[in-house]
Amino acid sequence: MTVQAKMAPPSNHDLPRKSPWKSGPSRAALGVLLTKAFRPRGFLHTIILLVAISHAQVTPERLINSAKEPQNWMTYSGDYSGKRFSALDQISVINAHSLVAKWVYQTAATGKLETTPLVVDGIMYASAQDDRAFALDARSGRPIWMYQRQIPSDIRPCCGHVNRGLAILGDKVFLGTLDAHVVALDAKTGNVIWDIAAADYRTGNSFTVAPLAVKNLIVIGISGGEYGVRGFIDAYDAGTGTRKWRFYTVPGPGEQGHDTWEGDSWKVGGAPAWNTGTYDPATNQIFWPTGNPAPSNRGAGRAGDNLYSNSLLALDADSGKLNWYFQFTKHDEHDWDATQVPVMIDAGGKKLIAQADRNGFFYVIDRTNGKLISATAYGKQTWSDSKDADGRPVANQNAEPTLNGHTVCPGALGTTNFMAPTYDPQTNLFYVTARDQCDVFSTAPQPYEPGHAFYGSAYFPSEDAEPYLGFLKAIDPATGEVKQKFQHTSPTWSGVLSTAGGLVFSGDAEGNFIAFDAQSLKPLWHFQMGGAVYAAPIAFAIDGKEYIAIAAGSAIYSFGLP
Amino acid sequence: MSGRWRVGMIGVVFLAIGARGADDRNPLAADPKAAKAGEYEFRINCALCHGLGAKGGGRGPDLTRAVKKHTHNDAEMFQVISNGIPGTAMPANGTNGQGVGMTDEEIWQIITYIRSEEVKAPAKPLGNAAHGKELFYGDANCSLCHMVEGKGGRFGPDLTGVGGSRTREAVIDSVRNPSRRLAWGLTEATKEFPQEYETVTAVTADGKQIKGVTLNEDSFTVQIMDIGEHIHLLEKDKLKSFQKSRESMMPKYTPEILSYKDLEDVVTFLLRVGAK
Repeated sequence: MTVQAKMAPPSNHDLPRKSPWKSGPSRAALGVLLTKAFRPRGFLHTIILLVAISHAQVTPERLINSAKEPQNWMTYSGDYSGKRFSALDQISVINAHSLVAKWVYQTAATGKLETTPLVVDGIMYASAQDDRAFALDARSGRPIWMYQRQIPSDIRPCCGHVNRGLAILGDKVFLGTLDAHVVALDAKTGNVIWDIAAADYRTGNSFTVAPLAVKNLIVIGISGGEYGVRGFIDAYDAGTGTRKWRFYTVPGPGEQGHDTWEGDSWKVGGAPAWNTGTYDPATNQIFWPTGNPAPSNRGAGRAGDNLYSNSLLALDADSGKLNWYFQFTKHDEHDWDATQVPVMIDAGGKKLIAQADRNGFFYVIDRTNGKLISATAYGKQTWSDSKDADGRPVANQNAEPTLNGHTVCPGALGTTNFMAPTYDPQTNLFYVTARDQCDVFSTAPQPYEPGHAFYGSAYFPSEDAEPYLGFLKAIDPATGEVKQKFQHTSPTWSGVLSTAGGLVFSGDAEGNFIAFDAQSLKPLWHFQMGGAVYAAPIAFAIDGKEYIAIAAGSAIYSFGLP
Repeated sequence: MSGRWRVGMIGVVFLAIGARGADDRNPLAADPKAAKAGEYEFRINCALCHGLGAKGGGRGPDLTRAVKKHTHNDAEMFQVISNGIPGTAMPANGTNGQGVGMTDEEIWQIITYIRSEEVKAPAKPLGNAAHGKELFYGDANCSLCHMVEGKGGRFGPDLTGVGGSRTREAVIDSVRNPSRRLAWGLTEATKEFPQEYETVTAVTADGKQIKGVTLNEDSFTVQIMDIGEHIHLLEKDKLKSFQKSRESMMPKYTPEILSYKDLEDVVTFLLRVGAK
């Protein structure tokens, strides 16, 4: 970055006033040594840059202690707990109205840009559609390197050529690809360090998820619930790409839960794992959510609960062994993937996980044992009007799709979907993007063919439905009550960020990026980005100046105070 | 699955029945099993726009009509499903980012299904199109707000294509009950714009009332056309009031205002224009 700054024209944007790299006596001594040993100044700068970056290696300890460096955003959700909360408070309710765009980076990608960027020591790492990855000078938005994978023409994504972000560990960043590879790129150059095939993309496997770096492992979950894949979560050695463990989200013969599948239906049972989980270093457990059973909207032929579809899994980080599970929607026939970020909250002396599920209920779970504490509807739903002995909502008679179709709420897109929520420890509220929409669910029996979409269903906007409504909702996890809500003009796919400045940030389908008062959800500021938002915001700081970044349209935007 | 309606294009080109293509006649023609499979494929791939039962869904044409605008035989229909129809919302097979499209066999199944649902004889034109045109541009006052083939008003949706993309019943319903289902504004079948022809009333800071339909809207601004076709660009926080209503500004054409026979003539006119 030092070199980059010296090469940049000395006007029109903030030049670094000091190096972002921390200096220490040993590096100063080395600098003197090098100055004496090597005359050419360019080379000297290069050496110093290398020293500086190697100092900035992202160690597992840094990821665990991410709270100590709020200037960085080092994992998908900003920390291992999944809160997507930034302790930065320079941008606040007092001055948010004066936010301005600092830069825009055009990715040239088309479709939905779902990436959550990472920022480490002044460099932003992000992904875009068609398996692009790139590094930017996070102060100026100027690219440092870019990688784009040559992907086969016959890949089988369900919902666009999307990617939700990278993981970073050591001196590498990690990308899951649409042809089901995991790729490690050099963080300084974008060079491919290793590239392994996790599964056969021809049978419908793909990666869209941002991986999670845990210890020396890169944890990643497969997509392909629409193709009847057998879902799994993998962990790879970050250094070599060697697979250390795999947890199949659909148990095989002899494994616990196998009897929740009829006949051979488990072989094509789906239960993908396409959104990033969280990690509890205290118990060394990974919490990872899973998606719909396949075929997604037709339960005939797969009688049973269909474990571990639509579940939250607690896996031992070292072995991938299942400690406990909690299934949100049993025997799902509405495509209600439980692939929402499971947010770790400590409250009232309890270690909890809060998850706003696609099925319309907000669940609070004891993360020490997977026991349900509460489940409360947070949007319009018609599928459940009773609970079982454990307090879990159970489906009523009207929930099942029929041949001729009938209306169920929420619709197939769910009350929420993959959009990242946030938990603000200052307001003790959980903020989530929500949608009120009902669909007509109609079955359409389909045979399974490898690599062939396997829905068993069709769903439609309900003819007589009210317009779809979209909200940002603030839920009190202690009661499940919706305390505040902001109604968008239409439903949005944006994630949500909270900051210590008393702010909540989110975007809308009309292209606005909005700063809300975290207490009242009153908009304090907005900026029209010119493209719909499918991504979640982050906060970071460089040289003591706070920035907020988000992807919209085909671009990444950075905002800061004037 | 995450994102959008996946009732769009799905599947995989396995070339299950070889590289046979549009030049050939339908190898599955009149096969009842293929028609059944095609019915399910149709639901998944086509029904979002063309409706369950292929009778038109308000966005795509009624495919049970014996005479179709873009295809005259199975081979042409195969081409249309495979390649889409340029200039319309009909997409090419496998172009929506969801999988790699239907197989040839599945396309033939869908064609077999559509054929099985077709009304056997072309529907006899029930009305008098020439009289319908006179009414449209004259006494029925339709053209004050609606344009057909470049002539007419801008306040309501352009109706040039409506006869081709909607069922006769849907058109009649829109005339008799305009508020029952508000017309979509910017929306195309494959897009996700939420705007409809909702009625909006804004009162500006200086007390001026503006009533019209939304051309577009977000949380902070609104773009309104009033009945005089003036476009108003407004910031919501500067307005005294802003109200929306799902009561259409189009008057309800009851049988007293527009007789059954005259309505039939207007619809026949629209269907004829739409079939061009």
